[in-house]
Amino acid sequence: MNNEEIIIEGPNVAHGAESATDHHGHEHHEQHFVWKYIFSQDHKIIGKQFLITGIIWAIIGAMFSVFFRLQLGFPDSTFPFMEKFLGDWAKGGKLSPEFYYALVTMHGTILVFFVLTAGLSGTFANILIPLQVGARDMASPFMNMLSYWFFFTASILMFTSLFVETGPASGGWTTYPPLSALKEASLGSGVGMDLWLLSMSLFVVSSLLGGLNYITTVLNMRTKGMTMTRLPLTVWALFFTAVLGVLSFPVLFSGLVLLIFDRNLGTSFYLSEIFIGGKALPHIGGSAILYQHLFWFLGHPEVYIIMLPGMGMASEVLSTNSRKPIFGYFAMIISLIGITVLAFVVWAHHMFVTGMSPFLGSIFVLLTLLIAVPSAVKVFNWLTTIWRGNIRFTPAMLFALGFVSLFISGGLTGIFLGNSALDIHLHDTYFVVAHFHIVMGVSAFFGMFAGIYHWFPKMYGRFMNTTMGYIHFFITFAGAYLIFWPMHYEGIAGMPRRYYDYSAWESFKHFQSINAFISIVAIIVFLTQLLFVFNFIMSIFRGRKLTTQNPWGSTTLEWTTPINPGHGNWIGEIPEVHRWPYDYKDDGHGNDFIPQTVPLRPGEEAH
Amino acid sequence: MSVFIIITLIVLVFIIIYQISKANEYAAVLRGQEKVNAKTNRTIGWLLIIMFVLGLWGIWQCNELFKNSMLPKAACKTGENYDSMFNVTTLVTGIVFLLTQAILFWFCFRFQSTDKRTAFYFPHNNKLEIIWTTIPAIAMAILVAIGLRNWYAVTSPAPADATIVEVVGKQFNWMIRYPGKDNELGKRDFRKINDANNVLGLDWSDPHNLDDIIAQNGELHVVVNKPVKLLINSRDVIHDVGLPHFRLKMDAVPGITTTLWFTPTITTEEMKALTHNPDFVYEISCDQLCGKGHYSMRGTVIVQTQAEYDKWMASQQVYSLGNNPATPVPAAPPAPPAGSVKADSTKAVTMK
Repeated sequence: MNNEEIIIEGPNVAHGAESATDHHGHEHHEQHFVWKYIFSQDHKIIGKQFLITGIIWAIIGAMFSVFFRLQLGFPDSTFPFMEKFLGDWAKGGKLSPEFYYALVTMHGTILVFFVLTAGLSGTFANILIPLQVGARDMASPFMNMLSYWFFFTASILMFTSLFVETGPASGGWTTYPPLSALKEASLGSGVGMDLWLLSMSLFVVSSLLGGLNYITTVLNMRTKGMTMTRLPLTVWALFFTAVLGVLSFPVLFSGLVLLIFDRNLGTSFYLSEIFIGGKALPHIGGSAILYQHLFWFLGHPEVYIIMLPGMGMASEVLSTNSRKPIFGYFAMIISLIGITVLAFVVWAHHMFVTGMSPFLGSIFVLLTLLIAVPSAVKVFNWLTTIWRGNIRFTPAMLFALGFVSLFISGGLTGIFLGNSALDIHLHDTYFVVAHFHIVMGVSAFFGMFAGIYHWFPKMYGRFMNTTMGYIHFFITFAGAYLIFWPMHYEGIAGMPRRYYDYSAWESFKHFQSINAFISIVAIIVFLTQLLFVFNFIMSIFRGRKLTTQNPWGSTTLEWTTPINPGHGNWIGEIPEVHRWPYDYKDDGHGNDFIPQTVPLRPGEEAH
Repeated sequence: MSVFIIITLIVLVFIIIYQISKANEYAAVLRGQEKVNAKTNRTIGWLLIIMFVLGLWGIWQCNELFKNSMLPKAACKTGENYDSMFNVTTLVTGIVFLLTQAILFWFCFRFQSTDKRTAFYFPHNNKLEIIWTTIPAIAMAILVAIGLRNWYAVTSPAPADATIVEVVGKQFNWMIRYPGKDNELGKRDFRKINDANNVLGLDWSDPHNLDDIIAQNGELHVVVNKPVKLLINSRDVIHDVGLPHFRLKMDAVPGITTTLWFTPTITTEEMKALTHNPDFVYEISCDQLCGKGHYSMRGTVIVQTQAEYDKWMASQQVYSLGNNPATPVPAAPPAPPAGSVKADSTKAVTMK
């Protein structure tokens, strides 16, 4: 069977429950390379585009962290090779403070938005949603394509900003005004900041186009029998991710637009009573805190935009490789709903020390710690899922297990930071750095790695190399803890984040040796990620080929498609769904799973 | 050139690892995928256990290593409450951490795949869900209760007898304004600021300003056991007054005055003895990224006895002297601004 040739013409393919039999849109002809791989409307290709762009960004962002870790670990040394990469920003092999801050800012922006938002949910929402709900493509393949190309344009702008003379934005990934609003305040607040704002605005557009599409597809394009309560948890998670994005990104957009106005049109939304560069500015009556409200109204849901896909994929991978149903399917959905709703009402816990009303602060304490409840439910359900399972340690499974471990560790430190009475000391220290890197940085990455190793066979028809996967897992897992565990202590000792050098501080200078240790581990972990990328690329072309449709013995719909599905995913009719997605039990023929497409046996009770 | 060599080396190492891994896979196919999988599974199971044990050992080592480099005991009353609340939270989360991680790694090892095992079909159990919804909810409620009690204590209005001091941040140092003899800070206006003779924009038409004292070296002098209230402000971008030894922090926002009050309980001298560190100093760190000199925006808090404080205060010159055109310039030239201000320090060592 040659399904490479099955291509659906035009964006308006008839499909969905009521027209599952309708496949007259298939035509057999060769598509031009450009339309097939570049301006493709096939959700699988778009997903791969997001993934590969995300990987490129991840390498850049991680490399930046290596550069500034060198400064933090070895403030008295010079590294001439940095001059090769960074030119005058690292004259003589020593980072300038301005560029140190630019690197920190770009590391955050790139990893949070370009890798863990676009690269993560862009990839897996695209690849998994249509395949797992049983649709031939997204609701609007054209909008889906636009979503990628807006992201691509945003990427180009952000990348360009790295090369402007005054350097890229350097006010932190949160870019608080007035620092980011006033060119006099820092070099990075010049052209670099304008490019940052433009790029992020386009990024919001991309995210909205994608998100609306994901939501519509999940709601409208499910195949016959695929009720909402038969959706795999990946789809549920990606669905709520999209909901979060669609409702909160516009608020960030408004914040960015006002900042553009303040920077270029002389408005005073965020500026008031400022004396800088030797003169008093005319702005009066604005509030710098307003920006923080607008930013964090996205910024906090953003954390869950990053986390939820990982949660969904970990659920799926844990269940499949334990050969057991996910424990508490409905509890998992309800806790996702809980997290999604609460995500919108906790943003001000990033602002406990801005001088906001203590009463308001206390409300946010309560709501923030409430989020620990659905999170705890998820953790206990994952643990019960592997209890009495029959666990296969595939690389994907290891990363999913690592995800749970890191999510626990990072989640628990959130209980400190969400409590304003503790945050008042820990705020903006290394404790925060450790907390969010573990819980949404590394752990989201672990979710992503689990997804990549697990669905690589679906994406490329080949396996990734498992031995390299194991090496990747163990070094990354140990490395993550070795890097971030000691940072908690530094934070408890009050060591502020975003410092270029601590040697003049009586209270913090004795952490120098541990900083050096962290930097060395960071470099090792970075190289290990390159090893992963190497494995990824080599496996696309040279990996072991799939011989069966369903290599993991999985129940969900994507494994009913051909090994290399063409545009349209299924040859012939889209299969009908008869049962929930986690029927890992004896099917009566010696298999330990029953795919969703198998009708209930006589007398068998639905889940 | 060396970069090129390093990159080549890394790529070579990758290729070697890849080839070995590849060979492994072929060997697995030859020896029988099933058998190899079972063996790998066992190895991974043990590796996870080893990892867990090493992790516990590492945590222990970390605790030992950092035991003596943490902050000394809190230097104010709310700080002491902070520490005890921190300990309670650490205890609660620590128990949960150890339990859940131990369960996770144990389950991995215990329930790893073997020929004989069949997974137990266990899709849901409402009783369990209710238990582990309720218990975290109760634990959180307790932590919130402790937290809010402390939070309201820290953010409560300062006592009426608190000394009022203004702390103003600018790129990249702190300026401290004391109210002087009349105990009242005069009006400021950012439009009156100039770096030559009115760094805070004091309004000279306000008589309260005439006896105000400005320390441009970021030295905040406070009296032990006497509450002090800080009025915090910024001249340019957002800064943050971080007082790690007092477990406090508050943003300095242009256009908005924030406040913070505390009662220091240990003088700097006492703390030197307590920490066995003759160089000990209470530091004010800027905790909100404010530009290239952010890392060097350092102030200090000098906690003194009343007598020492009075003596120091007597040696200070009012800011209006020599700066306010209406105040007669004294015969002796005004003392230079206390200490040498390093506004834009790139090499932070010079700051001390």
